[in-house]
Amino acid sequence: MSVAGPEAEARQRRWLTLPAVAVITLFGVLPLVIVVVYSLLRSAPYGGVEWTFSTDAYVSFLYQKDIFDDTLQFHADYLLIYGRSLAFSVVTTFVCLILGFPTAYFIATRPVATRQIWLLLVTIPFWSNLLIRTLAIMLLIRDDGLVNNGLMWLGVIDTPFVMIFTDFAIVLGLFYSFLPFMVLPLFSSLEKLDFRLVEAGFDLYANRFQVLTRIILPIARPGIVAGCLLVFIPCIGAYVTPLILGGGKHLMIGSLIAEQFGSARNWPMGAAQALILMAGVLVALWFYGRNARRGVAHAR
Amino acid sequence: MTGRVLKLAAGLALMLGATPAMAKGELHIYNWGDYTNPKLIEKFEKLYDVKVTVDDYDSNETMLAKVRAGNTGYDIVVPSDYTVKIMIADGMLAETKPNTMSNFKNMIPRFVNVYWDEGRNYTVPWQYGITTYAVNTDKYKGPADSISLLFAPPPELKGRINMLEDMNSVIHAAERFVGVPRCSADKADLKKVNDALMAAKPFWRTISYDTSTKMASGDVDVTQTWNGMGHRMRVANPAVRFVFTKEVMEAFMDNVAVLKDAKNIENAKLFQNFMMEPENAALASEFAGYDNGITGSHKFLPEEFANAPEINPPASATTEFVPPCPPAVVETYNKIWTNLLK
Repeated sequence: MSVAGPEAEARQRRWLTLPAVAVITLFGVLPLVIVVVYSLLRSAPYGGVEWTFSTDAYVSFLYQKDIFDDTLQFHADYLLIYGRSLAFSVVTTFVCLILGFPTAYFIATRPVATRQIWLLLVTIPFWSNLLIRTLAIMLLIRDDGLVNNGLMWLGVIDTPFVMIFTDFAIVLGLFYSFLPFMVLPLFSSLEKLDFRLVEAGFDLYANRFQVLTRIILPIARPGIVAGCLLVFIPCIGAYVTPLILGGGKHLMIGSLIAEQFGSARNWPMGAAQALILMAGVLVALWFYGRNARRGVAHAR
Repeated sequence: MTGRVLKLAAGLALMLGATPAMAKGELHIYNWGDYTNPKLIEKFEKLYDVKVTVDDYDSNETMLAKVRAGNTGYDIVVPSDYTVKIMIADGMLAETKPNTMSNFKNMIPRFVNVYWDEGRNYTVPWQYGITTYAVNTDKYKGPADSISLLFAPPPELKGRINMLEDMNSVIHAAERFVGVPRCSADKADLKKVNDALMAAKPFWRTISYDTSTKMASGDVDVTQTWNGMGHRMRVANPAVRFVFTKEVMEAFMDNVAVLKDAKNIENAKLFQNFMMEPENAALASEFAGYDNGITGSHKFLPEEFANAPEINPPASATTEFVPPCPPAVVETYNKIWTNLLK
């Protein structure tokens, strides 16, 4: 081992990043460039693209020739679909946070040995495929599923309570799929919580609410932000869950994009939709960056 | 964070790019799901000493998008009629000349000069069928003989209907309901279609390809579906009835086609010829539940299937194959469809 100065060491490190950079360029940046290029082309009649420049895909996101009189008009169809996805994602993230926080707190306050068991329990659902878990939910909540039959047997309800193929079913499915993504980062934040700080808070006559909002939440903030992002981002592009539990009657962004590459035969549109979604996600990440920094400042 | 996302994307790209190694004596088939009789494949493997793999897709569009992306490794695909037309026009299929093959004489004459492959220079029939709907007669006792049951159902069927997640099938059904021609570019016609769809949407519980499960589980009592699927539903539950409507019905034919970039083109040709043998066509039908386009295959079918109501439409029934609509009409269809599902 040669003893290298700080500069040589930095150079060495730069070489070490080369494989990672190459992989990211080849499989991350290049495909993205293709998506950008495709979004700026014209769609070929039966799928695929024609190599002529066009911003149609972006213009038609907000403006379309009226179906019936050919005038270019503002239309909100796509915005509605994006709005629905956004709303479902926000609700799911919120519910995950509300239920995930106490769970993570509970786990973080167990003795170290039992913590591992609780964490294992949280991750067990990942041992089976998302599709299978989603289909299992479907079996639970359908009209003659376990939940309805159970409630009817108990005499709580007389006729099945319609849950499957509704917005409720979609949010339930998303919540169930992504809850662990909330619990795990929250846990890793709360694990570092020094309980002497909580004690000190009580010693200084803070009540329970003040201890929660002034001490615990600021320390857990990076975990909250990370958890929210890890739930929100996959939610907004979710494809399988809305398709199966929503009954296919209400499009979400994922299905909308798939549709463009399928029977709509409009690849540029699909590419543009995907980029618009990505832009949205990047904005969310930017907020994350800002809030995470502020979180550190708070904790200090 | 971005790094993580990129890494994930890189992993996916690696997986999608991987293709199986090719050797002589292989045949790779890409067919609709739950549509290929394993006995048929075994027979072909033994007969020609060829290793066959079968992968499946759920719609013409899925298959088309994959083939268009290139380098699929598949030799044979089974596109429906309008998709064959598109694939020939875009130069995706190999001109294998089935019309010169030894078993070509078995093809039913009315399936030779078809709009999607005039004179059969590219494809041979796999299965053909009809798209209307099936009714669970345990749940619904009323009359069912018209496409209007899907669009203006009686009160007890409101919210108990599944439609196919298929833009073309649903919009063509609406066109038949309001009585306008298929692929009409006339604005007034399209408006009628749009209005009929929007009015019917509240009556539909789901829009899904998964028709048999939705019927079996009792999620719906009526589903738009294909006759072969209707047959399978009736076998599972005798109360299911596949309906032949008094309006003209949508016919489709799926066809065995060879991809232009097929590596095992000779084996693929053997398979096309193999599928025109009546006994083999019967094997395919027996499993999938549809009729085939081959003369003399019925005598190889189990009797109860050969006489099944689903594959023996009444003499009064009329059907039509629908060519792909012009791009301008598809664009409007797409707007109507997005508007319907927004």
